[in-house]
Amino acid sequence: MTLSRRSFVKISGAAAAVLPFLGTKAFAQGEKLKVGFIYVGTINDNGYNYAHNQGRLYLEEQLGDAVETTYVENVPEGPDCERVLRELAQQGNKLIFATSFGFGDSVIKVAQQFPEVKFEHATGYMKADNVGLYNARFYEGRAVCGTIAGHLSQTGKAGYIGSFPIPEVVMGINSFVLAARKVNPDFTIKPVYISTWNDPAKEADAARAMIDQGIDVIAQHTDGPAALQVAQERGIVGGFGQGADMSAFAPETQLTSIIDHWGPHYAASAQAVIDGTWTAGDTWEGLKDDVVQIGPYGPKVTDEVKAAAEAVRTGQIDGSFMIFTGPIKDNTGAERVPAGVSMTDAELLSMDWYVEGVEQPA
Amino acid sequence: MDIYIAIIVTLVGAASPILIAALGELVVEKAGVLNLGVEGMMLVGAIAGFAGQYYTGNPYFALLCGAFAGAATSLIFGFLTLSLSANQTATGLALTIFGTGFSALAGAPFSARPIELMRPLFPLELATHPILRVIFGYAAPVYFSFIMVFAVWYFLKKTRAGLILRAVGENDLSAHSIGYSVIGVRYAAVLFGGAMAGIAGACFPLLLTPQWAERMTAGRGWIAVALVVFASWRPFRLLAGAYLFGLVMTMELYAKAGGGPLSVIPSELWAALPYLATIVVLVLISIRRDASSNAPACLGRPFLPSN
Repeated sequence: MTLSRRSFVKISGAAAAVLPFLGTKAFAQGEKLKVGFIYVGTINDNGYNYAHNQGRLYLEEQLGDAVETTYVENVPEGPDCERVLRELAQQGNKLIFATSFGFGDSVIKVAQQFPEVKFEHATGYMKADNVGLYNARFYEGRAVCGTIAGHLSQTGKAGYIGSFPIPEVVMGINSFVLAARKVNPDFTIKPVYISTWNDPAKEADAARAMIDQGIDVIAQHTDGPAALQVAQERGIVGGFGQGADMSAFAPETQLTSIIDHWGPHYAASAQAVIDGTWTAGDTWEGLKDDVVQIGPYGPKVTDEVKAAAEAVRTGQIDGSFMIFTGPIKDNTGAERVPAGVSMTDAELLSMDWYVEGVEQPA
Repeated sequence: MDIYIAIIVTLVGAASPILIAALGELVVEKAGVLNLGVEGMMLVGAIAGFAGQYYTGNPYFALLCGAFAGAATSLIFGFLTLSLSANQTATGLALTIFGTGFSALAGAPFSARPIELMRPLFPLELATHPILRVIFGYAAPVYFSFIMVFAVWYFLKKTRAGLILRAVGENDLSAHSIGYSVIGVRYAAVLFGGAMAGIAGACFPLLLTPQWAERMTAGRGWIAVALVVFASWRPFRLLAGAYLFGLVMTMELYAKAGGGPLSVIPSELWAALPYLATIVVLVLISIRRDASSNAPACLGRPFLPSN
C-alpha cells in the first residue's frame, strides 16, 4: 500500500497548491475571523469527518458574518499535514482545528512558527500556549451501545473493528465491554485492527470474517458504514452507527448510533477568539454537554432494552453513573481499579490495556 | 468446514476486482504501454457503476456504465501518451490523481445513499450445499474474471490479432514498417484496459460494500499493476497471483477475528506475506532470465516513427 500513500501525498499536495487562491485577505481587527479545519478523511464519509464538517457548518450558521471558514479534507497524518497547516496559517486563518489524533506532532511544530495563530487539536494530548485540546467522551456513548449489545446478543460475542490501538479506541472497546458485561457477565469481544480509518472493502471483509466466526453484534471505530451494511446483509442481531446516524445504510440492523456534535464547541471557541478571551484549553465533554449524542433506537431495540439504555445515558448526564468505576479487572484477570474508585481522565487518556472480556487482539 | 467455505467466498470477492483490473493492464502492457492510472480508472468506474445501479437498479447496466467510464478515462491517457507522445509514467500517475479527484466530485451527491448488492448469478437453490456454494454462489463479475483469463490467454497466444498486439509491444518500429498501425493497436489496448479497470472498480459498490465512498478502492489498483509484473505478463500466473493476494488479505482478517486453527499462523505473518511473496518472485525472476525477458521490449517507450 505504499504506492497508495504516495498518491495520497500527491493529491493533498495538489490541494495545498490550490489553497493560496482560496482567500488572500489579511486578517485585521473588526474583520471576519478566518477559521481553518483539516480532516483526515473525506467529509462525505457519513461518519467521523462528516460530523466535524457538520460542526463547521454549525459554526458558520451561529456566528454568521463574523467568521469565514475553510477546510482541507483527506490530509494524511504525517509530514504532509505540517505543510497544509502552514498554508492555512499563511492565508490568515487565526483559528485552526486539526481534527485527527495523528496530526498532533505537526500541530505543535507549526504552532511554534505561528505564535499569533490559535490551534485546537482534537483527541490529542500535547498542549502549548497557542495549542488547545478538545475531545468528546465517546466512551459514554459506547457504554450505551454496550448495554444494548449485552441485552440483545444471543451468542454473547461481539466483534469490534478498530483502526489503530490508540487509547481513544482502546477506551471505547473497554467501555462497550464493561457495559455489556453488567448485563451479561459472559459477554466477550474480539477486536480486529485494520490499520486504516477508511478502506470500506477491508472494513466489510473484516465484518464478514467476524460474523463467519460467530459474533452477532458488531461495533466499529472506523469512519464509515461498511460494517453495518454487512451486518444488515447477513441478518445478524445488529450494529451501531459511529459518528453519525447511519440508519439509511442498515434500517433494520442499526441498533442506535453515537453522534458527534462538535458544533457548540466550535462556535464557543471562535467566539472566544473574537472576544479575545481564548486560552489554550483542554476540554473533554460528553453526553451532558451535548457534544456526544445518542441517535434514534432501531426497531430491534425493545422497550425494556431501551429503558436500560436510557438509564445508562441519563445516569452519565446527571453524573450518577460512570462506566470506568471499579472493580475493574484487565483481561489477564489482574485487578486494575479497586471497588468504588473511578478512573481519572489522565488514566483514561493513556489507557493501553483491555478489560476482562476482551480477547487480546492478534 | 463451514469456516473454510466462508473464507473462500470472501477471498473470491477480494481477488476478483484485482484480477479483472490486472488482466486489462496486462493487455495494455503487452502492447508496449505502461498505464499507471489503473487506480484512477477504477475509481471512475466505481462511481459510474454506483450511479448506474442507483438510478436503474440493474447491476448489468451498472457494470456497463463502469466499463464505459473506465474506457472514457483511459482515452485521456491514450490521447496524451499515444497521440501527443507524453511520458507514460507521469501521465499514468496524473490519471490516478485525476480519477481520484473526479470520482470524489462526481460522487459527492451520492454519499449517504445505499444501493442493492448484485445478486448471485445462479439461483440460490443451486448453492445450498457448501461445496456447491463455492462453485455457484457468486455474482456475474466473478465468472467474468475467469472467462477473461482464458480469453486474454487465447487472444494473445492463439489469434492473429493477439500476435499483432504482441508485435507492437515487442518492436513497434518493425510492426510499423510492415504496415500495422502501432498507435491504433495501442489505442485499442488502452481502451480495453480502461474498460476492465472500470468494471473492476464497479465491483466495489456492486459486490463488496454497497455504498459510494471516496477512494473506496484504497490502493487495489496499484496491486493490480504490481501483479502484472509479479505474473511476468502471463494470464494464468496473474490468476494465481490475484488469488494469492486475495488469500493473504482475507486470511489476515480471519486470523485476527478467529481462534482455533486459523490463528496457527499469526495475522502479522499473513499481513507481511504479500511483501515476502513479491520479494521471492522478484528474486526468481532475476535468477531465471527467461521470465524477465517476457517483459514487452517496448514497454513504456513512446512510439515516434520519424526517429
